[in-house]
Amino acid sequence: MLALIYFYTLAFVLVVAAVGVVTARNPVHAALFLILSFVTSAILWLLLEAEFLAMVLVLVYVGAVMVLFLFVVMMLDVNVEGGRGRFTRYAPFGGLIAAIMFMELGFVVWWRNLGLPVMETPVPHDADYSNTKELGAVLYTEHVYAFELAAFILLLAIVAAIVLTMRRRPGLKTQVVSEQVKIRREDRVRIVKMEAEKD
Amino acid sequence: MAAWIETLLAFGANLWAMLPPIVQELIVTLLQILPLVIVVILCVAFLTYFERKIIGYMQGRIGPNRVGPKGLLQPFADVIKLLLKEIVIPANSNRYLFLIAPILVLVPALATWAVIPIFPGFAIANIDAGLLYVLALTSLGVYGVILAGWATNSKYALLGAMRSAAQIVAYEIAMGFALVGVLMAGGSLNLGKIIEAQSGGVMNWFWLPLFPLFLVYFISGVAETNRAPFDVAEGESEIVAGFHVEYSGAAFAMFFLGEYANIILISALTVVMFLGGWHSFFSGPWFAVLDQTPLAFLREPGFFWLALKMCFFLYLFLWFRATFPRYRYDQIMRLGWKVFLPITIVWIFVEGVMAWSGIGPWST
Amino acid sequence: MAEIFLACGLCVVLVVDLFVSDRNRDLTFSLALIVLIGTAWISWTTGHAGQVLTFGGSFVSDPLAQLLKIFSIAAVFVSFLYSRDYLKQRNIFKGEYYVLGLFALLGIMVMISAYSMMTMYLGLEMMSLALYAMIAFDRESPVSGEAAMKYFILGAIASGTLLYGISFIYGVTGSLQIGEISAALTAGAMNETSLLIGLAFVLVGIAFKFGAVPFHMWLPDVYHGAPTSVTLFVGTAPKLAAIALAVRILVEALGSVGHLWEPMLLVLAVLSLAVGNIVAIAQTNIKRMLAYSTIGHVGFILLGFVAGSHAGVEAALFYTIVYILMAAGAFGMVILMSSNGHDADRLDDFRGLGRRSPWFAAMMLLLMVSMIGVPPLAGFYAKWWVLTALVNSGHVWPAVVAVLFSVIGAFYYLRVIRLMYFDDAEGEAGAPVAGGWLMRTVLSANALGVLALGILPGGLLEMCARALSG
Repeated sequence: MLALIYFYTLAFVLVVAAVGVVTARNPVHAALFLILSFVTSAILWLLLEAEFLAMVLVLVYVGAVMVLFLFVVMMLDVNVEGGRGRFTRYAPFGGLIAAIMFMELGFVVWWRNLGLPVMETPVPHDADYSNTKELGAVLYTEHVYAFELAAFILLLAIVAAIVLTMRRRPGLKTQVVSEQVKIRREDRVRIVKMEAEKD
Repeated sequence: MAAWIETLLAFGANLWAMLPPIVQELIVTLLQILPLVIVVILCVAFLTYFERKIIGYMQGRIGPNRVGPKGLLQPFADVIKLLLKEIVIPANSNRYLFLIAPILVLVPALATWAVIPIFPGFAIANIDAGLLYVLALTSLGVYGVILAGWATNSKYALLGAMRSAAQIVAYEIAMGFALVGVLMAGGSLNLGKIIEAQSGGVMNWFWLPLFPLFLVYFISGVAETNRAPFDVAEGESEIVAGFHVEYSGAAFAMFFLGEYANIILISALTVVMFLGGWHSFFSGPWFAVLDQTPLAFLREPGFFWLALKMCFFLYLFLWFRATFPRYRYDQIMRLGWKVFLPITIVWIFVEGVMAWSGIGPWST
Repeated sequence: MAEIFLACGLCVVLVVDLFVSDRNRDLTFSLALIVLIGTAWISWTTGHAGQVLTFGGSFVSDPLAQLLKIFSIAAVFVSFLYSRDYLKQRNIFKGEYYVLGLFALLGIMVMISAYSMMTMYLGLEMMSLALYAMIAFDRESPVSGEAAMKYFILGAIASGTLLYGISFIYGVTGSLQIGEISAALTAGAMNETSLLIGLAFVLVGIAFKFGAVPFHMWLPDVYHGAPTSVTLFVGTAPKLAAIALAVRILVEALGSVGHLWEPMLLVLAVLSLAVGNIVAIAQTNIKRMLAYSTIGHVGFILLGFVAGSHAGVEAALFYTIVYILMAAGAFGMVILMSSNGHDADRLDDFRGLGRRSPWFAAMMLLLMVSMIGVPPLAGFYAKWWVLTALVNSGHVWPAVVAVLFSVIGAFYYLRVIRLMYFDDAEGEAGAPVAGGWLMRTVLSANALGVLALGILPGGLLEMCARALSG
């Protein structure tokens, strides 16, 4: 009962936030709505006992990705009203695609089983059940190949991003820490003996 | 007289039994949360007092001494002053975000307390993914700062917000990796179990086998809270007051409260992760002689020890502020990405080797 | 596993490159080549006669994988050799280029031996990411940035479509593993509509990777915009990955529902033949022209699948291998022509090549004629076997259409030959081609390979047959 109330409240917030992402005119507001929808879906996942995924969703998407996203959106001077004309131009086509997608989703939802045996409602686990542990066990045994591949894709992404953005600009001033640390007193301070001034 | 009280108690018990179990649970939880929040807020109040006192003494001044004996009532005077002031909302600011931002700073700082084990066997929410919860919530704190900076519509505030965002993202990674080390050593994501894994004396606390991670975690914690010497987000000598330049009154008080609640939180987390939480300083076999003496109670774990160790770190926060000059922005970035991150990664490898060869917390 | 060696090797290259000064980049280059040779050697020696599955059924080692891997390693090797001088002249001779190339190869090899939709998708992403970065490698050039952007956006959409389709297939069959999907489908009693939807999306993904019409829009722009050495890379090894994708998904997983995908594939193939061959005539840029000719060839390869027979797939495999050999040669030729620092990618740059450098004109002649499909060159046999398979399986009309468009296609290949031999060069472009000895040898070997394969096609065909029989 309580779970149902939670679910419908959160689902409502999620839908509102998702609509807000699309309709907000200010890109910063859209990004904030997106954050709200991430957080709500994380809580929905918590209701499904997927606490690891929920926390990681918040940690990675809300805590890191969206921060950088907001960072960029705030820096860009986006013309808020500019997109209107194009919207009407592409609306019919977009609407068509949306309709097709919607029909397909409906198809999947209404036909439910697709001829497959339907999974029974899972029994809730005990409080000390750790799905982080379970996930780790599966990731490092059964799916280790895919897991390592994903890791390599991330490495590739790092390399590619650095290749495409790093350039040595001439005249760039940088601080060489090792040089600074190596400095000794003799390099900087010269003790000069001076005669004390008379009178 | 006695009968009267008895009737009242019976009535109360009846009323309690009538409530649906959900509501009962809610009331119990609320009763647990409320004292904790009040204590944290009181701690914040006196932390500000001690900050001014301690820094004052370090600089050869006396600090606040007018309100109450030795100035002890100064924080309350400050609170009343702040609450009575007008909240000025800049004309071209984004009104709602401007007002939401301080709340966003405060809420995660208080909500994280839910999983901190206060004394043996008790945390408000003893959840299994406690460590992840801590990481997730501390990563949310940055939004308040960013939004405040943006919604204010002022260049100083925006600059402060940008600095803060870059800094927090950078240090959060090092912090996360340091906690991965703790997770490896503790073998659990549950903070209570992590503390239990550190039982058996000072030498079994994680600060020793994870020494580099301990340092990285605490320094990153200082950076996460935007405290000196990492306070470029405020940087009063460069960008006035950074992200909260236009805040006043109660809204400013919220920022203030959030920042200090975060400081206390980071201290508590450092103690829980690396210094054995509520374990006693005298609990190891070295102090077994104390068992025979009246001082045996010192070997009991308890809230007192957590509080004592936290005080040490709180003092460090204040000490840093009084001692260090502010880091330059690019130096902060270098420290985060080029020093801390490699250190944590290397130490996780070292830890793997240690676990494999059975040294340190893995010896038993 | 060759992949592990490659992965370790590329990390070594990445780290070594960090400590190498710009003047000694050749060290990185040779190290990358050594890694390639090592990988090829391991792939060669660790082959299996039958099918061996590991990693919970997500990795397969079979003769098909071995064959395709060795050819893709060879293609990457050749493209690295071609790229050295080209990159040096443009000041983008950097170690990262080779690291990215090795990453792409790793992705290709993962795709080739993927036996689960998940690893297949991961391999695809790895390959595509590396290619996006390589296309944008010349950051000074706005054209290549634009090409990379287009490829990136369209590629992301295609990946999304593929994933969407895979999710449908997973919904229908309850598994991501190729063998289990196939078993579930032969067991029967499926919801055909949702399978069809999933299939359509997967096909769109595959067609995009191949560059089949109407999902070909990225191909001319990418071929044109990318640095020519990258075009050479994109045009060769990834095609092998695409055919592996097609064989694994269409034949091995969904082979039992061939009646569902064959008509879709037929439409794609015929459209590709038509658009590729007709639009190529209008091009004045040789890279664009070769891009459209690729689309035409892809039509042929897809026709091999349409035939539905074992011989058809075999012919498609043979066609792909021959095609990448020809494409490598043709783009190599463009690189060689561009050796003087400017990009000689207009058709007019080939004017009078027959008089300027008769040997290379002859090589180009061989490649062009082979692309037309004239015996006794390799291109002829490739086309011939696809057509035979088509006719044998009763698809006479597609075969007739294919022949018709090949004849139309001959026109623009012949135009290159006419420009080389019967037109005079304009102005200062009259110099003979100047390229390093490495380029010259590789190109000659490449073109002569086409000739040799044309005279003795039996060996490769037998290899293809053996690869698919497992």
